[in-house]
Amino acid sequence: MKILVVDDFSTMRRIVKNLLKDLGFTNTVEADDGKTALPILQAGGIDFLVTDWNMPGMTGIDLLKAVRADPNLVNLPVLMVTAEAKRDQIVMAAQAGVNGYVIKPFTAATLKEKIEKIFERIDA
Amino acid sequence: MTNLNLENRLALAKDLVAALENNDEARAEQLCDELAGIRESSLYQEIGYLTRQLHDTMNSFSADSTFTDIAENEIPDAKERLQYVITMTEQAANQTLTVVEDLMPVSQELHQQAHNLAENWQRFLIKKMPFDEFKDMSQELTEHFKYSVGAVEQIQKGLNEVLMAQGFQDITGQIIRKVINLVQSLEENMVEIIKVSGNKNHLEKNSKQQDLPGPVVPKVDDRNNDVATSQDDVDDLLSSLGF
Repeated sequence: MKILVVDDFSTMRRIVKNLLKDLGFTNTVEADDGKTALPILQAGGIDFLVTDWNMPGMTGIDLLKAVRADPNLVNLPVLMVTAEAKRDQIVMAAQAGVNGYVIKPFTAATLKEKIEKIFERIDA
Repeated sequence: MTNLNLENRLALAKDLVAALENNDEARAEQLCDELAGIRESSLYQEIGYLTRQLHDTMNSFSADSTFTDIAENEIPDAKERLQYVITMTEQAANQTLTVVEDLMPVSQELHQQAHNLAENWQRFLIKKMPFDEFKDMSQELTEHFKYSVGAVEQIQKGLNEVLMAQGFQDITGQIIRKVINLVQSLEENMVEIIKVSGNKNHLEKNSKQQDLPGPVVPKVDDRNNDVATSQDDVDDLLSSLGF
């Protein structure tokens, strides 16, 4: 299981990476915005995407749309971890095909729960 | 001054010269007044023009919603935002310090126990330990194992808390970026004012790009009741959408 963590703040990438490690996911790669993330995704081998929304270059929502528009990535599970909390935005992300939405600041338990839920749904 | 004005003044001046040559004091006085009058009226016209320009400029500023918005909403909001940054950094610091304070004695106790046991263990290995002491050491070992399992669990939990506490850097970073953008647009608006008062009567429309709303600052961004204030809110919204 290889996970791509996308956030423009390196502290947040470290936090998410460490939490994932704690959950048993040790194989992670990082990108600091959608623009750098997309080539990594397109190169293949990523099983799960955790992305922020507000990033310079290419935002998380645009990354999500690009992922869903790519036939090779259309089924990639995507978890959004973001400070964006406007109801309109959450609806927008849901419509764009996000698999889970966690707002910052979050707890380790919340992240764990959402990730497990996503995998449950995939396995089902 | 218009041509008409010029001809008018020229005519008046010629009349004035004629009156002076004819020693007609009264007529000369009257013509001087008339000349001064023209001068004054064009001065008033100039002042009138400047007043109108100033008035229009002020109007266009109040019509420029970004400028009034900055003054009325964004500056007070920025204060709240920065206040929230202080609150968040303080919380994170306290959270981290509490964990460190709680775990310090645990790690000291672990160290002490391991140190004592290691010493005794050495004596046991070189067969310098009486049987009674060995029984005591066995008991101590049992207790040490029991204690370490709990202690290491506690340390693990604490480390996770410290890890999570660092999330403040991302949130406060985003908030501070917002305030920096505000200061920048304030600066741009000030420059516009200076340009306008420097008689360049041209107000460029502020092309402020639409920013994402970003982190929710309590009492600032939740006023319109259109934000999710907790993960439960998000979950409820998503489940209402069939998630």
